Amino acid sequence: MPAQLLQGSDAVARSAIEAGCRFFAGYPMLPFTDLLEAMARLMPGAGGVCMNAETEIEAVNMALGAGAAGARAATGSCGQGIALMQEAIAEAALNEVPFVVFNMARGQQDYFQATRGGGWGDYRTICLAPKDVNEAVEHTQLLFHLADLYRAPVMMYGDYLIGHTYMSVDMQRRDYGPLPPKDWALDGRRGGTGASRQIWTWAMGKANDPGPGPDLHWQRIAAKFEDVARAEQRWESELCDDADTVVVSFGSAGPFVSQVVAELRADGLRVGAFRPVSLWPFPETALAEACASARQVLVFEVNAGQMIDDVRLSVGHRVPVRPLGRVSIDFSGMRQGEILTVPWIRERVRAAMNETVMG
Amino acid sequence: MTEVAQKKVASALAPLQLSGEHHLCPGCGHPVAWRILLEAISELGLEQRAIGVVGHGCYTNIVQLADIDFLQCLHGRAPAVATGVKRVHPDAAVFTLQGDGDVASEGLAEVLHTAARAERITTIMLNNGVFGDTGGQMTAASVVGQRTKTSLDGRDAETHGHPVPVAELVAALAGSAYVARGSVNNAGSIAKSKRYLKRALELSAAGAGFTFVEILTMCPTGWFLPTAEGPGYLEGTFEQTYPLGVLKDGPR
Ligand SMILES: Cc1ncc(C[n+]2csc(CCOP(=O)(O)OP(=O)(O)O)c2C)c(N)n1
Ligand code: SF4
Ligand SMILES: [Mg+2]
Repeated sequence: MPAQLLQGSDAVARSAIEAGCRFFAGYPMLPFTDLLEAMARLMPGAGGVCMNAETEIEAVNMALGAGAAGARAATGSCGQGIALMQEAIAEAALNEVPFVVFNMARGQQDYFQATRGGGWGDYRTICLAPKDVNEAVEHTQLLFHLADLYRAPVMMYGDYLIGHTYMSVDMQRRDYGPLPPKDWALDGRRGGTGASRQIWTWAMGKANDPGPGPDLHWQRIAAKFEDVARAEQRWESELCDDADTVVVSFGSAGPFVSQVVAELRADGLRVGAFRPVSLWPFPETALAEACASARQVLVFEVNAGQMIDDVRLSVGHRVPVRPLGRVSIDFSGMRQGEILTVPWIRERVRAAMNETVMG
Repeated sequence: MTEVAQKKVASALAPLQLSGEHHLCPGCGHPVAWRILLEAISELGLEQRAIGVVGHGCYTNIVQLADIDFLQCLHGRAPAVATGVKRVHPDAAVFTLQGDGDVASEGLAEVLHTAARAERITTIMLNNGVFGDTGGQMTAASVVGQRTKTSLDGRDAETHGHPVPVAELVAALAGSAYVARGSVNNAGSIAKSKRYLKRALELSAAGAGFTFVEILTMCPTGWFLPTAEGPGYLEGTFEQTYPLGVLKDGPR
């Protein structure tokens, strides 16, 4: 398929449909709204359904129902809308219903919300944070695969930049390998045969076929997420091998930090960049290795300091970990504010390197 | 009840019923409603099209006992979940089974939006005017004067507000095709409620729109009454607030 010039939201919608998504439900909230509009435009032609749900709570529960019925389903929102969805995201993790949540966040302030979640019970949410539109297209397809592979709701952490930037993208369907059959999905066809199915967080089963019950069921789910934590760490590491200073960033801040690293390298400074591609599971081993020779780790995130907790957990006390970003929002409340520029980041990295590395 | 009648009730399993053992209290009205629901599904020949979406309450136990596909979902959210199921399987006979706490309290938005959308599903609300499962507190559907653990001197409209008549609200929406309210406190009302269920399931499965059946059920435990007084209390109090019958048949 030839490359196409597309706006991010449109590209993500097309990629989702390419991946077989046939059910989408959402409630308007910028910068997520554009994805909802794109889905409303494109889904009917693909033979799918796009619901303009009456609340975010209904949107996510509709996606849960569609996922339980065996479809590739998705929803999305940002900020407060994602907050309203947390109950159902947790529920789906515990009753093992796959769907994708497109969190087109207002900047980087929702890292904790995305990676810790506000739902109930012992669950985790796979969360991928693309750096640009091309990666978002790829992540969209990967997320549908991971949701089905692990029978769990999964999340993309996008933002205004991902949703609104035009980029030339490759829209072909990616093949991530075989998936188990959805023999658990509900279709209503086995009623009265003694083999009817059930989706239930408590996993009590049927009178003729008792289930494991909550204790064993939730232990299994916890064990599943332990496996996911080992198997699904993704990251990008640039020039860290000989670096005195490693700058860690996520999502659409990544390309800015890469540019800063290129410019400072040209000045002879030994600086590298590390970007967790999966926010959960956080690539802790890879980050520790990337920082093996570093004398300091700088965390650039456009918030008051959230991912820095995961960075500290990964590198331990061997090397100082310092925050580089801060709260920074534009007047609309939707975009990263003034600090997301190459000069702003470059001068602070340079200053930190002068202090610690040279000094 | 006579010895003979008791035996008959206890030994005969309803169609699609996998076990006669359940967790519910003696005198509870829910198992009667389960039974007529399963009979209705079976008599309509819908057993291999039916998908049940169930809320949180004492009635949730049906998920274990009935041989049809079930999805147990979050408190109040069943109509939204059922919407997703139905849109993926348009030929399935999708219904929700919920309590009054589930529909009138936690999930009023869900049921009204789903009805307004004319979603081709049936919602069945088992109304005992109380949160049975959590031990007898007041719901949005508790009737005025009703004693609960959170309205100890009886529900007082001044203090606690008025009960929410969900069936009337649903009937007022253009998307609803059929709305009825039945009861299970005597043989006649049980037979009528079963007819309501059959009509509602048939219409929604045929694509006529959203259908809604409220069934008043006894909860002697949550009403703090001797078991045998349940049916009489239901008639004397609930039926005064919630008149029985067909509220709507055919879209407005
Ligand atoms: C979000 C949420 N809030 C509260 C509860 C606790 N809860 C479980 S069942 C129930 C009440 C059920 O009442 P009703 O729907 O009337 O059913 P009944 O038990 O009376 O049949 C409540 C409040 C819950 N499970 N989830
Ligand atoms: S508490 Fe009420 S609703 Fe629950 S099982 Fe007992 S009688 Fe039935
Ligand atoms: Mg109740």
